[in-house]
Amino acid sequence: MSLKSDQYNKRLNTISEDLLRPVRINKGFILWMVILFSALAICLFAYTVQLRKGLSVTGLRDYTSWGMYIANFVFFVATSLVGMLISSVLGLIGVKWIKPIARIAEIIAIAFAAVAGLVIISDMGRPDRLPYVFIFGRVQSPILWDVTVVTTYFVLSLLLWFFPLIPDLAVAKTRLPDRPSFLIKVYELLSFKWEHHEEQYKILKKAVRVLLILIIPTAFAIHTVTSWLFAVTPRAGWDSTIFGPYFISGAFVSGTAALIIAMYFFRVNFKFQSYLTEFHFEKIARILVLVSIVYLYFNLNEFLVPAYKMKKFDAIHLKELFTGVYAPLFWGIQIIGLVLPIILLLFRQIRKPLPLFIISLFVFAASWLKRFIIVVPPQAHPYLPIQNVPAEWHFYRPTPIESAVTLASIILVLIIITFLSKLFPVLPVCELAEDENIVENQKEEINLL
Amino acid sequence: MSENKKKNSDSSEIEKIVESSRREFIKKAGISGAAIISGAAAIYAGYRHEKAKHPKDTIKVLTQDNRLVEIPVDQVKDYKPGVKVFQTRGREGLKGKKWVMVIDLAKCRNARKCISACQSAHHLRPYEYHMNTLVMQESVNTPAYFMPKPCQHCDNPPCVSVCPVDATFKRQDGIVLIDNERCIGCRFCMAACPYSARMFHWQEPLNANADKGKVYNIELNVPQKRGTISKCLFSADRLRDNILPYCVSACPNGVYYFGDENEDAVTNGTTKETVSLKELLKKNGAYRLMSELGTKPRVYYLPPKNRLFEFEETGQEKNDKTI
Repeated sequence: MSLKSDQYNKRLNTISEDLLRPVRINKGFILWMVILFSALAICLFAYTVQLRKGLSVTGLRDYTSWGMYIANFVFFVATSLVGMLISSVLGLIGVKWIKPIARIAEIIAIAFAAVAGLVIISDMGRPDRLPYVFIFGRVQSPILWDVTVVTTYFVLSLLLWFFPLIPDLAVAKTRLPDRPSFLIKVYELLSFKWEHHEEQYKILKKAVRVLLILIIPTAFAIHTVTSWLFAVTPRAGWDSTIFGPYFISGAFVSGTAALIIAMYFFRVNFKFQSYLTEFHFEKIARILVLVSIVYLYFNLNEFLVPAYKMKKFDAIHLKELFTGVYAPLFWGIQIIGLVLPIILLLFRQIRKPLPLFIISLFVFAASWLKRFIIVVPPQAHPYLPIQNVPAEWHFYRPTPIESAVTLASIILVLIIITFLSKLFPVLPVCELAEDENIVENQKEEINLL
Repeated sequence: MSENKKKNSDSSEIEKIVESSRREFIKKAGISGAAIISGAAAIYAGYRHEKAKHPKDTIKVLTQDNRLVEIPVDQVKDYKPGVKVFQTRGREGLKGKKWVMVIDLAKCRNARKCISACQSAHHLRPYEYHMNTLVMQESVNTPAYFMPKPCQHCDNPPCVSVCPVDATFKRQDGIVLIDNERCIGCRFCMAACPYSARMFHWQEPLNANADKGKVYNIELNVPQKRGTISKCLFSADRLRDNILPYCVSACPNGVYYFGDENEDAVTNGTTKETVSLKELLKKNGAYRLMSELGTKPRVYYLPPKNRLFEFEETGQEKNDKTI
């Protein structure tokens, strides 16, 4: 601390006061947690029903044997990719304005990657045999690759959230005397006697840099491998060579939307208006447009090229999407969740926090439904006709129990995000204090736009 | 002297005692010896008697290493292979065999006897199929026909490649099996199979209660288990006993031929006529389902030409048909 200038200390005083204010266990936090946990309990009861009666309580049957759970899994893996996009891709090329949002992106990555692993267990017919994956695992199976890279990505994201947090925890433990003593204990334990020494910062920076580089191939791997769960099968609709990049580009869309939703929430609820400024929303809106355009491009390739040829089974699948039973969903997703946001966000007035937040909600919901469209319809029309089976086997409808179990996973994500953002500083205190005249800078940059 | 006398009388007294105990001993030894001898003689006589009574109460048994041995009948126990034996031999398969099935579409009248035989052998419900007969039609101008569809037992099976735990595997005799003691129920194999040949136990299997406690036979996949995959096994349990598969022998119309590709011989399940596989395939223009996918099925189809009956179909199949 002694090595830092007086000005830095002044800035640190005001910033830490602003940013550490919401870090507390207040009535709102407790009430919110009670609501989340009771909702989780109800939803987990639905899972116990599934455990007792088997997967027959879902809408899944022999033909559409992967449904909402797998779609939700793909969506979770996709959304978790935003951690890599913001911290690594933008961070390593030296983009400065991501400083206050990088940690939010990591929190999203941690929560979604962690729960993705649980979601896949809810889809298993024999969850009790999960250890078999490690005991009898076969390296040929993409499931093995997925398990490996998702856990790796989760650990890297956790470290990438935690390392830059260490100096902030050192600040928090001295500046939050009125917080519960166990919280201060946790800060003290996790800050590893940090002394804000120049040398410490140097080592930390190096470590973070290594993580930032390592996490790029890992993040690409998790979603590419997830896409291969489908692309390695000889099914019309999944049998595609661009599924890897198609999934990755889609992941950036849903992840960025999730980030914007979280940013808006923290800006309003934690009163971070002067830290998550209009400037930041303006910038992240541009990122959303960019990744959406890339995703639109992959959509064109994925649907237009087979639609031009109309090979027998591709044609059956595409007709279902374009004009068949899935048409309202398909066009709704493509227009409301992709094309319209791109067009709207070209206008500067829309790139303000509130309209951007609303658009992101639509993009986020559409991203979830898009995974459903990717997973479910290709199974309804296999190469050989579906015959002599009960009528309800022909069309997949998720059951309330299935929806409740899926809801449980979303609640779990919210619980993790709440814990990480309410008990620990959600914006980087020390990092922001390093920036001279941080608030003035941001105002200036907005004027330049 | 008197002392001497006394000594004498003493010694004679002692002698008397010794004498009497020696006599006692000989007496006892004689009795017990006689008892032992007579007992042994009795046992021996009994043994001789028993031996004479059932001179043929042994049985000749061929051991696993092909030796003929003789053992007493009362020592013979029924051989009950445990789950481990079933698993080991079930995963190995039958040496030197390459099982192959030929389905003559010209003869199939949709009697569905193959399906019911299969379902009763494997304890399945009427709508749970290892083998299903489909109504197929290539285009509006070509005639519809019935197509029995078992697992194709591909030589390049997509299901086996994607299985994360080696629950489904390819045997040396060409059969693709599923081990429901291993299956984790991820259903990746179902997603990967282009023939929709696999089924999943979404609910408790049909005979779950009756089959409780039975030793799991991987070659029959019984008892079936909830939360695991089941599929056509080419009746691997019957092949071990040199019997044609359940579906093949149940067909009343001579649709199925089954046999060993290595021997170039397939037997018709109805007529029991054995023919050359190569000849049969060559003469009838055989093909395999979706061979363009590179799965290399072990099931061959003979096209539905020169049919001897009118094609009739029921209402439900008409609705389900996709052209």
